[in-house]
Amino acid sequence: MIPAAFEYARASSVDEASKLLNKFGEDAKVLAGGHSLIPLMRLRLAQPAALVDINGIKDLDQIKESGGKLHVGALARHVAIHGSSVVNEKLPLLAEIAGEVGDNQVRNMGTMGGVIAHADAAGDYPTLALMLDADVVTNRRTIPARDFFKDLFTTALGPDEIVTEVVFPVANGPHKYVKFRRRLFDWAIVGVAAQKMNGGWRIGLTNVGPTPVRATAVEKALHDGAKAEEAAQHASDGLDPAGDLRASPEYKKHLARVLTKRAVLQASGQAEGKQ
Amino acid sequence: MKHKVAVTVNGRKHEHEVEPRLLLVHHLRDNLGLTGTHIGCDTSQCGACTILVDGKAVKSCTMFAVQAEGKSLTTIEGMAKDGELHPIQQAFWDEHGLQCGYCTPGFIMAAAYLLSQNPNPTEDEIRRGLEGNLCRCTGYVNIIKAVKSAAQTMSTAPARKTTVAAGGN
Repeated sequence: MIPAAFEYARASSVDEASKLLNKFGEDAKVLAGGHSLIPLMRLRLAQPAALVDINGIKDLDQIKESGGKLHVGALARHVAIHGSSVVNEKLPLLAEIAGEVGDNQVRNMGTMGGVIAHADAAGDYPTLALMLDADVVTNRRTIPARDFFKDLFTTALGPDEIVTEVVFPVANGPHKYVKFRRRLFDWAIVGVAAQKMNGGWRIGLTNVGPTPVRATAVEKALHDGAKAEEAAQHASDGLDPAGDLRASPEYKKHLARVLTKRAVLQASGQAEGKQ
Repeated sequence: MKHKVAVTVNGRKHEHEVEPRLLLVHHLRDNLGLTGTHIGCDTSQCGACTILVDGKAVKSCTMFAVQAEGKSLTTIEGMAKDGELHPIQQAFWDEHGLQCGYCTPGFIMAAAYLLSQNPNPTEDEIRRGLEGNLCRCTGYVNIIKAVKSAAQTMSTAPARKTTVAAGGN
């Protein structure tokens, strides 16, 4: 379908983008990769009054290590994140996840900032940001990921606030993202990320609630010496996922437990993989 | 309000005034008459509209024409040169990598991008590289074969040198 009409403006700086958002009012949206927004607009599920195109802002796509942290610019595309030598060295789990988003065409366009700001429950980067205590940096402030994701498609961002980068800790120990889906390019029905860091495990769950979930009960059980299969039983503690076309709430909870076990075992290099 | 869009498509410059909501695929088809780029779905999944934007495979149904300002695009119409099919087109013909042909332009452009990144892909890499394109006829087997065969032709023959099949019959 053809999207509803809207005003369009290109911003050449973050400051200009913020001013344009202000001018157009709260029905304006930022256009980055567009691969969540444009499909929604075509279905007329989204009808923004204006789009502020930030793709022309220089240096917003940078990926670098600085001060012992990995800085990923808002306009860094999935393809660049996946192929980045810095990411592969400093946070290989992020490179792995970036390579599992959508397909080649989607990865050529979609961006880190777009995924974070869109806050789809099935988005993969929010899970990683939450479980690793990443910071979301905007043109105004730095927001810890745990305070950023408020609800389904709802974040702490103000109407004229723009994500400029996401700052992750460096973590290059054992890691795995298990993304369960029917077809390669699909969103996760459920996804589980496992990262060994500072001697403990960080476990994050995708698409088992309106926002990403950190499986602290699993992390604690592993810390206390439980085996992966025992600890993974806690992955569904406190979860109340909504059912959707692909999975009932019970099935999602089952997947959370099974995939957590697989993620931890695979991250540890144990053979118990796909079954 | 309309916006100016200047794009280079298959080496030719075009300038139009367009509404912001005009999708790039509609611009190509309706304003430039390049109907080889197809529209197969409304959900950014099928890949029939795949083109190259500055060398990168993109679904032209998921980009507004205004976003293409100043960019260089290649569509299926830009693949053949001087009456000779591009090696990927030739391989799709030789290996019968199609049945109805509707998805074919998208597959060929996705394959062109894949081979530009990875000139000698394994079967698994080809399957992954084409995951953004759907074919409802072939079961993909001959498409994979075609891409493999094109990779061979392109790595052995000098750039873009290809022969029209000795009777494509």
